[in-house]
Amino acid sequence: MNSHKLSQWAAVAVLAAATALILAVLAFIVFFVLEKGLPQISLGFLLDRPRNMGKEGGIGPAIVGTLLLSLLAIAVALPLGVGTAIYLSEYTRESRLTKAIRFGTDCLAGIPSIIFGLFGYIFFVTTLRLGWSLIAGALTLAIMILPTLIRTSEEAIRAVPRSWREVSLSLGATRWETVRKVVLPNALPGILTGVMLSFGRSIGETAAVIYTAGSSFRLPRGAFDSVRTLAVHFYILAREGLSTEKAYGTAAVLVIAVLAVNATTYALMNRFIRRRSR
Amino acid sequence: MSGVHRPGGDRSRGEPASPRAGAAAATGDAAAAPRPKVEVRGLRVSFYGEEAIKGISLDIHERRILGIIGPAGSAKTTFLRALDRMNELSEGCRTEGQVLIDGADVYGPGVDPVALRKRVGMVFAMPMPLPLSIYENVVYGTRLKGTAAKSASELDELVEACLRSAFLWDEVKDRLGSSGLKLSGGQQQRLCLARTLAVNPEIILLDEPCSGLDPISTAKIEEALANLKERHTIVLVTNNTKQAARASDETAFFLMGELVELGSTASIFTNPKDRRTEDYVTGRFG
Amino acid sequence: MNLGSDRLAPRLLLAVACTTMLCLLVIALFIFKEGLPFMVKVGLGDFLLSSDWRPDSGHFGILPMIVSSLWVTFGALLIGAPLGIAGAVFLAEFAPQGLMRVVKPAIELLSGIPSVVYGFIGVMVLAPFIRSAAGGPGLSILAAAIVLGVMILPTVMAIAIDALRSVPQSYREGALALGATKWQSVRMVVLVAARSGLLAGVILGMGRAIGETMAVIMVAGNAVKMPLSALDSARTLTANIALEMGYATGMHRQALFATGIVLFLVIMILNGLAGAALKRGSLKRRARGR
Repeated sequence: MNSHKLSQWAAVAVLAAATALILAVLAFIVFFVLEKGLPQISLGFLLDRPRNMGKEGGIGPAIVGTLLLSLLAIAVALPLGVGTAIYLSEYTRESRLTKAIRFGTDCLAGIPSIIFGLFGYIFFVTTLRLGWSLIAGALTLAIMILPTLIRTSEEAIRAVPRSWREVSLSLGATRWETVRKVVLPNALPGILTGVMLSFGRSIGETAAVIYTAGSSFRLPRGAFDSVRTLAVHFYILAREGLSTEKAYGTAAVLVIAVLAVNATTYALMNRFIRRRSR
Repeated sequence: MSGVHRPGGDRSRGEPASPRAGAAAATGDAAAAPRPKVEVRGLRVSFYGEEAIKGISLDIHERRILGIIGPAGSAKTTFLRALDRMNELSEGCRTEGQVLIDGADVYGPGVDPVALRKRVGMVFAMPMPLPLSIYENVVYGTRLKGTAAKSASELDELVEACLRSAFLWDEVKDRLGSSGLKLSGGQQQRLCLARTLAVNPEIILLDEPCSGLDPISTAKIEEALANLKERHTIVLVTNNTKQAARASDETAFFLMGELVELGSTASIFTNPKDRRTEDYVTGRFG
Repeated sequence: MNLGSDRLAPRLLLAVACTTMLCLLVIALFIFKEGLPFMVKVGLGDFLLSSDWRPDSGHFGILPMIVSSLWVTFGALLIGAPLGIAGAVFLAEFAPQGLMRVVKPAIELLSGIPSVVYGFIGVMVLAPFIRSAAGGPGLSILAAAIVLGVMILPTVMAIAIDALRSVPQSYREGALALGATKWQSVRMVVLVAARSGLLAGVILGMGRAIGETMAVIMVAGNAVKMPLSALDSARTLTANIALEMGYATGMHRQALFATGIVLFLVIMILNGLAGAALKRGSLKRRARGR
């Protein structure tokens, strides 16, 4: 028995070491970026526009561009995603059609972002003549976050107890009234979690955005203006070797943004769980 | 939405006129035998081809309490849910036969199940308050499309009246805004009864409403039903033969999806005609 | 909102629900429309098997890129899969419950960090380290494999944890009741039972690695030649598309779209395999009456 215990201790030690290594890598990434980048961040940095190709100045327009792009993408994808989720869970049972819809969603989720970039370029920018613009980028991004929104919305909707629907229907409500008054309000925290997840993902998206929204320095004045997002700005700074300090600063802003989004998502998810166990 | 209906014979179409008028006509017509409120003719219900209800016909008279007893698996709940077309919510369900309410088949073409369920209320076996305040629970049904709008004071009165009818008012009158989920099991079930009463259904269906409840809550619900039968028609499914003996005017004995015997409660319990009925009520099986 | 006695709502929602399929179809349509004619013209053999990529003079062989992608992906799997599964096993089977609640968010944070940041750290920290420790330009397949390996950790771990958690407790108890140690029960029973799910996680991680663009562009070096060692600079399929898309025209551009088709198909196949693996796992369990 002793050798078995020994091999167990050895195995657990290896596994724990692996986990510790993973966490160490994460810690390294976060602290390294923050250590080098935080000194760069000032109010001026956040609000000013890039000067001299980004070697000086700040990242203000990039922040604005990122926010506008993400919010617009969510505004387009959310009704589609929630609508699909409602349809799949409330109005139909498993059939060839629902299997096809799920298959389409899964495929969409697996497509790499560069292909979305290709598609967005050839379809939105060129064929639909939207040009490199906020709207082309937002529409492309919307398709990319759609599968996540559908999945999380459906989970949230299915988590609403079936009995509540039965009660509502037995009192003479239509299915849509039941969805509107009972299902959606109670699925909201879960749906919002999906929104936060998608928001986080869209912040870091680069390949698809460069080829659809372009990389203009200026603040967009309309939906058809090109915008530069934080990730794109950072990529250009880093790749062209323009300014290491500004690059670190931008990276730090990105990492902090992701931290904030994740923290909010967790707060939302906990509220969701707490509500359900009431 | 997956239920399919095959009408069994000829029947009158469309919805009856104002429900209260139907009831008034019945009361005024005391001399001649009043038409039963509900007439079930040849009801068959199957799920994915397996028959659960194998041809049941019976009458339910107005302003009486019909108790339905029988061992588990006799399709008592399925029968109840056939009366307000709730079986259609289950996949693979097929219904044949007729259910006439005030002479009109509720399975006829053009009959809206949503409107039907406003006339036929249901209290489920497990207490199921909605995740809303006590007040909001009770008024939920009054805010649906197709119900008359009520003013705030009318709603307040309605809430009090319904909670009183369910013998719950005194216990919750000071905390109508608190969540319905925080009540005890017996209180929750009475809340569900009040909620059903708020839409003033002509027929109230109760599916083993007191299973798992303490004797005091059970007594309160039974007392509420005794009062309610003055203005509503009540069908009470129960696993507890003693409750049927206490609470119902007439009793039906179901066995494996068939109606074995139907008669006044007294005769069913003291002088049953069918051997199986006698075996069940005396406890030889169950 | 009055929606016509509940008949308008389902129809509207059905239309909405079909948008994902519509999007997929349109994407496939346009990618194929741009790339398929090229494949037909140049021929699959020349396209996929020639190492000659000189678009200016009409040579479009992407073999070096295919090989580079394979090397990088394989390397990423070598690093990310064992690490991810080991971490998952530790968290799901041996660590106290509270640890999972702290570590899982941390892993999700890892997956939220933008790929460009990963690439940047690779350039600033990893590449110089490789150059000084092992030689070569530093920006290499090895660097890309390490960076990608870390990037696919969250994917592999998340699916692995789910797969391990869904193994019924009775399996573990059965092994323990026969006198096995915890490690033995995990090794001989749980891992075996969860292997379809673990495989699915690895396959999906592979898909992610193949499709990754930005991080790879920054650390792999992007030389258009057949890589002969892990320290060589290399250009993957994704990097090729992203780097040349900006100025490609005519046949050149079509060649990039054709590369996109190859990527698209490979990832569809991988996703299909992962899905099949997941289904096999749950089917087997259902057959046993779980």
